[in-house]
Amino acid sequence: MNNKKKLLTTSIASLIALTGFSTSAAELTIKVTNLTHGIAFTPLLVASHDSDTHLFESGVAASVALQKMAEGGSIADLSAQIDAASGHKTENPNMGLLMPGTTTPEFMHDSMNDTHLSLTAMLLPTNDGFAGLDSWKIPSEAGTYTILVNAYDAGTEANNELYVMGAGMPGQIGIPAVPTGTVGTNGTGLSTEDNNKMIHIHPGNIGDDMADGGKSDLDNKVHRWLNPVLKVTVTVK
Amino acid sequence: MTHLSKAKKSLLALACLSTITLVGCGGSSSSMMPTPAPTPVPTYEYEVTVTNITSNQPLSPITLVTHKDDYTPFTVGMPSDAALELLAESGDNSQVLAITTIIDQASDSAPLGPGGSYSHTLETKDTTLNLSILSMLVNTNDAFTGLNSHDLTSYAVGDMKSFKLNVYDSGTEANTETAATIPGPATMGMGEGFNAARDDIIDLVTMHQGVVSQDDGLTDSVLNASHRFDNFVAKVSIKRIK
Repeated sequence: MNNKKKLLTTSIASLIALTGFSTSAAELTIKVTNLTHGIAFTPLLVASHDSDTHLFESGVAASVALQKMAEGGSIADLSAQIDAASGHKTENPNMGLLMPGTTTPEFMHDSMNDTHLSLTAMLLPTNDGFAGLDSWKIPSEAGTYTILVNAYDAGTEANNELYVMGAGMPGQIGIPAVPTGTVGTNGTGLSTEDNNKMIHIHPGNIGDDMADGGKSDLDNKVHRWLNPVLKVTVTVK
Repeated sequence: MTHLSKAKKSLLALACLSTITLVGCGGSSSSMMPTPAPTPVPTYEYEVTVTNITSNQPLSPITLVTHKDDYTPFTVGMPSDAALELLAESGDNSQVLAITTIIDQASDSAPLGPGGSYSHTLETKDTTLNLSILSMLVNTNDAFTGLNSHDLTSYAVGDMKSFKLNVYDSGTEANTETAATIPGPATMGMGEGFNAARDDIIDLVTMHQGVVSQDDGLTDSVLNASHRFDNFVAKVSIKRIK
């Protein structure tokens, strides 16, 4: 009798513990699909954090950390910001570029007590285009959620559409890599200045139809896109 | 012993006879062998309306199909099947409509012009079906729009949902935009539609990047600024009416 009572108490306690666990911490399963026909994405940064933390916000100037990601694909500084804000991160779940039409392996992201989810990756080939999810509220209800992500312009580099190998650091103008299609040469350059220096919806690549010369080093049949550019599938357990 | 054997034989003969009768007489045997009246199968009705919201992209005859989970018209990141390739390159939906796992189907009789609407009441014998819609943007190489396997199960009579549809690239034809390759009114229908060669930069269904047009810097393009599009290109409403 005593034993039975004890057993019952224990199972109630574990039931409470289980319930508590599922509402205060979420184990997320995530996969990300590149929806575009001719754009590749640099390594993804997926981060969960509190409601005050942002990797970026549209209409607001980019941080230097965001600029490094948007111009050169480097996520180290953004990642450090998430650590500083006591958030949790998953870096480069695809182990490299995410090519057109492909999907990352499904990966686990333990968001602990974090309430919001964000994500960034640079679009190649662009000067400072990136796909971004800013502070998606993590649902408490179990289920599978689909989020469509648009392309933004960091507002930190003119979209001249000229290929300059490795020009990814802030201050270096040019598209650092062209992983899809064929890159042109001897373009004269498109924009010389960003009209909107805040983070904004990207106006898109223009490109041209000349492999040699023209205004752009990009191919207008290959390197354009329409939003959305990424599909994020999140399963909340 | 002999008697029993005879009875067995005649039983066998009778069995053969009735088999023959059934096979031979088919439907007209009802007067001889009254069958119970079939329980009427209830039917359900869904009114589907598709509106073309593009500037100058007629949509090839709107194709509505219902099916179970054993058919998926397209998946981003997977190659197109041959039926979708035909539809996306030429607007011809005959192979899609011939897919054996399709349960109910309807097709508009003509392309749906910009601003136009197509309404059809789909009659089904089941409410646990998926509805898919497919159509080509005919002034393109291989752009199509669609509603992909939308689950009708949760619809009660009177329920209505609406959607806006994106544009996809079937990944089966390079987006050259040349007069030789565009089948729609932009070439007076002179361009080639279907070609079995798969010469796109990737043989995967993706979202479409839009057309460039001659006005925006593609010298060989037969398209002009009016043929450009963005997401979305069609509006859909689905209402269960019975």
